[in-house]
Amino acid sequence: MPAIRHPGLGQNAREPRPFGTPIGERPVGLDVSHSADMPVPIISVGHLEKRYRSTLAVDDVSLDVREGEIFGLIGPNGAGKTTTMECVQGLRRQDRGTISVLGLDPHRDAAALRRRIGVQHQEAQLQKRIKVWEAMDLWSSLYSSVVDKDALLARLGLDTKRNAWFMTLSGGQKQRLFIALALIHEPEVVFLDELTTGLDPQARRTIWDLVRGIRERGTTVFLTTHLMEEAERLCDRVAIIEHGRLIELGTPEELVRKHCQQRTVVFTSDDAGAGERLAGIPGVRSATSSGATHTLAGEGDDFVTDVIAFVAREKIHVRGFRTEIPTLEDVFLKLTGHGIRE
Amino acid sequence: MLRGFWKLTWVETKVFLREPLGVIGALLVPVVLFVVLGRSFGLGRAEAARVPPFNPAIFAALFIALGAVQSLVAIMSIYREGGILKRLRATPLSPVTILGSHVFVKLAFTVIGLGLLVLAGQRLFPGSMQVNMASFAAAVLLSTASILSMGFVIASIVPTARFAQPMGAALLYPMVAISGLFFPLDRMPIAVRVIANGLPTTHAVALMQGVWDGSGWGAHLGHAAALVAIAAACLALSSRVFRWE
Repeated sequence: MPAIRHPGLGQNAREPRPFGTPIGERPVGLDVSHSADMPVPIISVGHLEKRYRSTLAVDDVSLDVREGEIFGLIGPNGAGKTTTMECVQGLRRQDRGTISVLGLDPHRDAAALRRRIGVQHQEAQLQKRIKVWEAMDLWSSLYSSVVDKDALLARLGLDTKRNAWFMTLSGGQKQRLFIALALIHEPEVVFLDELTTGLDPQARRTIWDLVRGIRERGTTVFLTTHLMEEAERLCDRVAIIEHGRLIELGTPEELVRKHCQQRTVVFTSDDAGAGERLAGIPGVRSATSSGATHTLAGEGDDFVTDVIAFVAREKIHVRGFRTEIPTLEDVFLKLTGHGIRE
Repeated sequence: MLRGFWKLTWVETKVFLREPLGVIGALLVPVVLFVVLGRSFGLGRAEAARVPPFNPAIFAALFIALGAVQSLVAIMSIYREGGILKRLRATPLSPVTILGSHVFVKLAFTVIGLGLLVLAGQRLFPGSMQVNMASFAAAVLLSTASILSMGFVIASIVPTARFAQPMGAALLYPMVAISGLFFPLDRMPIAVRVIANGLPTTHAVALMQGVWDGSGWGAHLGHAAALVAIAAACLALSSRVFRWE
């Protein structure tokens, strides 16, 4: 693993990077080398606190976002995700705590920061009757160096919509346009706030692929979502936030392994007495049977192996077999005591 | 600092022109109003036949200015509610550029509206437009700018886009009623006069009327200064209370 540079340190530390250069092949310039296991964060938030009148919206949140990763802030609506993100973008001023983005203070260095980050806001709109190309043209006039607009529109599947008014676009197309506007100046960090909320599953998948594409081009992505599936499929690391407090942080796999050891195995077997025999497997925490379907729950990575070995040894005839591995949704449920949509 | 100003102004102009109702309201309605009122109040006839002190030209000019303010308040509230202001603010555009370009578009359409009004007047009421048009246009522009600055204050307090139109009307029309356009100010109660003197519409009417009647700007510097002072005060206030989201 190459030493990871901090692109934000020093003046003009940002090198011109050919469009599409993968992260590992970036030219190395002014660098402050760090050991590979302790990458310097692109975004660093320490003990952030933000209050709206009497409500504590963000309460002592600390997190780091590393270069080149997709970092997700996850939690229910109203948990403080957007507020945290907007403090990081410099759109809101925190009451307490420190924020550093690309080595800059989002508030003091707001102008410098805005040129180096790309943002997409939750439920954002544009002028109803602005055309797609006009929005692209306006945005590109605001930055000193921009990518090829037509190529970007094509990459986002909007090339046939160049002359369409914003109000005539579908939800997915609008979001893709916002992604295009966020990427037009090749930012080093992109902020995506509830990017796929309100989109149908197909449009959502398209957007997920696009976001992965952003990371593959070496751009760091900081996103918020209340969709656990989205976080699980997209994010390298996630921070779970609730009632303004950060309650857990790690890769989705880490969090699942740490908090949800439960494994569930579901059999379909016509063998008489299969249910009772299966329930006798060591390590089974609970066993339920309904007709030919038997559900076994246990804990730990070895549980599934144990069950398979037992079934083979006992020569139980199995018609169907599937395992249910916990997801981030289960982690969330476990940590907060309620589902994310409640 | 003004990076993107002309581009944004041009985009906003096009966006405005694509909404037929807005264009009709801003450009056509004042002219029609002027023509109808001009006929009923005998504009262009001998001086003696006119009904003093009401002047349809001043009324139409004020109407244009108020239309611009209403439109600005509506746009600001819609842009705020739709997150457009917030999105623009997250770009290198400066806040002054974003708001300044809207003011510029409104003032540009004020000039066009005024131009149409003058053309209509010259055709339909010959002899009634013997005014120094540059001087009168400058008076209308200063008036519009001053009332627009108040529009920013209104735009700051409008809670949602739905309230923009009624709230703007509720604040602006009473201002017109006591502006001296319909009833001479000196016949109003002292309390009303005090309030009226703090409002841009009153000074706008006085300045426009004065310039229309043939006296130069020099004779109305007090009103011009009041308009500038009100604009400065409103801009200072709105820079503190203006909400971007």
